[in-house]
Amino acid sequence: MKTSIILQREYSTRVKKKSFVIMTILAPLLMAGFIIGYSYLIMAEETEERLIGIIDDSMIMHESLQNTDAIKFELIDSKGDENIKELYDQSNYHAILFIPENITISNTVKLFSESQPSQAITSHIKTSIENYLEDQRLIQEGISRELISSLKVRLNLDSIKWGSDGSVSVNTTSTAMIVGYLGGFLIYFFIFLYGVQVMRGIIEEKTNRIVEVIISSVKPFQLMMGKIFGIALVGLTQFIAWVVLIAGFSFIGLTYFSPSHDAADLTPAPVTQDIMASNPAGEAIEAAGLNMANPDMIQMIMNELANINFVTVLLLFLFFFIGGYLLYASLFASIGAAVDSETDTQQFMMPVTLPLVLGIMVMINAIQNPDGNIAFWFSMIPFTSPIVMMVRIPFGVPVWELSLSMALLILTFIVTTWLASKIYRTGILMYGKKVSYKELWKWIKYSR
Amino acid sequence: MNILDAEGVYKTFGADHLVLNNIHLSIPEGSVFGLLGPNGAGKTTFIRIINQITAPDEGQVYFRREPLSPGHIERIGYLPEERGLYKKMKVGEQALYLARLKGLSRHDALKRLKHWFVKLGIEEWWGKKVEELSKGMQQKIQFVITVLHEPSLLIFDEPFSGFDPINANMLKREILELKEKGSTIIFSTHNMSSVEELCDHIALINDSEVILKGSMEQIRKDFRSHSYELEFTGNYNKMEATLSSDYQIENSFQKEDKQYITVKLLHNLTTNQLIQQLLPLGNLTGFKEVIPSMNDIFIHAVENHTKAV
Repeated sequence: MKTSIILQREYSTRVKKKSFVIMTILAPLLMAGFIIGYSYLIMAEETEERLIGIIDDSMIMHESLQNTDAIKFELIDSKGDENIKELYDQSNYHAILFIPENITISNTVKLFSESQPSQAITSHIKTSIENYLEDQRLIQEGISRELISSLKVRLNLDSIKWGSDGSVSVNTTSTAMIVGYLGGFLIYFFIFLYGVQVMRGIIEEKTNRIVEVIISSVKPFQLMMGKIFGIALVGLTQFIAWVVLIAGFSFIGLTYFSPSHDAADLTPAPVTQDIMASNPAGEAIEAAGLNMANPDMIQMIMNELANINFVTVLLLFLFFFIGGYLLYASLFASIGAAVDSETDTQQFMMPVTLPLVLGIMVMINAIQNPDGNIAFWFSMIPFTSPIVMMVRIPFGVPVWELSLSMALLILTFIVTTWLASKIYRTGILMYGKKVSYKELWKWIKYSR
Repeated sequence: MNILDAEGVYKTFGADHLVLNNIHLSIPEGSVFGLLGPNGAGKTTFIRIINQITAPDEGQVYFRREPLSPGHIERIGYLPEERGLYKKMKVGEQALYLARLKGLSRHDALKRLKHWFVKLGIEEWWGKKVEELSKGMQQKIQFVITVLHEPSLLIFDEPFSGFDPINANMLKREILELKEKGSTIIFSTHNMSSVEELCDHIALINDSEVILKGSMEQIRKDFRSHSYELEFTGNYNKMEATLSSDYQIENSFQKEDKQYITVKLLHNLTTNQLIQQLLPLGNLTGFKEVIPSMNDIFIHAVENHTKAV
């Protein structure tokens, strides 16, 4: 009863804060702006025309370079690479490409410019010349390109999952990756953001000296729980507001500002693939940018999304979000109770933030190998499971693993909350004392 | 009848630090009870036990003969020494919040708060943020919050610290008025002059033990020094010679034509006998008993106890 009065205050004072309102509205605006801006930028870059001059000592190679909408080539009537700088300065070329006479042996061309040419340009030049040289060699060997093409195999791998009820679903890895990554990262982000708010709130009550007034009316445990749950609701409110607003803003933005569709025909693929190979995070953004630009792709991703059971994912997200938050919030609460000011929190923050950061690191690994050993163990350990398990869920996790992980999480947060309440009720009445771990242990052992 | 009885209360922090050692105290209903003692004596811990912020290791505290239980919290009002408010919260909102935590309904709390704010002339603070108020103003709000739920037992821990004389006077008035209405008040303070003005019972805690307790009247009697201050015009030397060994002159000085003398009666002599001795020698213009101040009693008791330990 009294806990709910506390919860109300914790919630309403935070939600009414200007910073909360601004953050809640501004962040999705920025995010939507980022999504729109990014997709716009990709298009814009490729439609801006670049003129590339060619000095072709080999005489024939320039024929392989075809103009595109964004890249135009012009043959320069000159030989050798000695006076390229003067040529460049006198002209309006974006860059000058030098093709040496011995290109067929050296396999090297040089691209001169004052600014770094975009990857779209370099990869266009590279693939064009590569293809040309390859064709030459194929002809020498008497093999036609058609033959090669017909020999090439492109394997489609549809991973089909049987649900426990016998249903069949086609799961597509990249979408699962995006959903998992987003879920895991959001949990990390919210635990951190709101866990620290719990800590700050407690330090505030200590430094304000209001805490003794309050705990003469309610039990310290009620005060702590009211604060933890109140702030959890603030987090949920913000999360829901963000989801609604980001969806809304993106929809409005893309309806009105969407770049024309023909721009999407250009192939940004080489660029994307490079990033994709090295960085799954990049891929998520990349894919987000692309799917907005290309209606076919939207359709495709929609189909893939339909294969992930969103109700389950969402419910599990909420569970791990709340479970993880409660676990860490109780730890942050004991830090807040143990110190006098935020500057003193350093020594205790380390062991709390370390597993969180570790969770993020494991998550990046787990996203590529969601059923591996590392992913399994870290999705069982309660300190990392909210983040790591979230990544695994879209790929499908056996029910027993999920239940075990959830049970462990519940058990652990009951234990940490109990420990935190012991530290809390002693700590909040201690002023002006530098506290060590030994001291904290003593507090835990106090009967009352 | 006593509103509060503490029986054999022990409290330790950790294994080695004894904070309260076998405390037996009774606080009579309707009294203003002074809980005195030097810093670190254990007063605040005892008060926290009454408020059930912490529990004794041994012993029991009874509220009107019932063992202390969470239900009693709403009948106790506590103004801690370390007191504060949420800086960013509005005064009215905050008062309402704290009142509701004490178990008042929103409606009742609002009605009573309005009454108090009008009474103290602070209505215009309602919508202000606490950080806009001075420390003294905040203390007034804290006082209102403490008494708002009309508790039968009020506990003030160092209530006058941070108050200017005008506000301190107002606070004294309000405390006496609460007493008139039947509240019992426990008062923890170092300010001995306020103890003399307000308290009718005291207990002195030193080094985790109660070393002195009882009604003010009784304690004053116990600490009587049997000394009297005289104002005298006449032949001082003759007088000094006349006063036999039954009297002890503790202090004597002359100011203008008057002699001021402090005399201590020995051997159960009465004041009348002293006056009889003096009358033939000159003109006695003033005569009053030297009453030990609470300050003297406090220092005396603490020093004796410390010596004994």
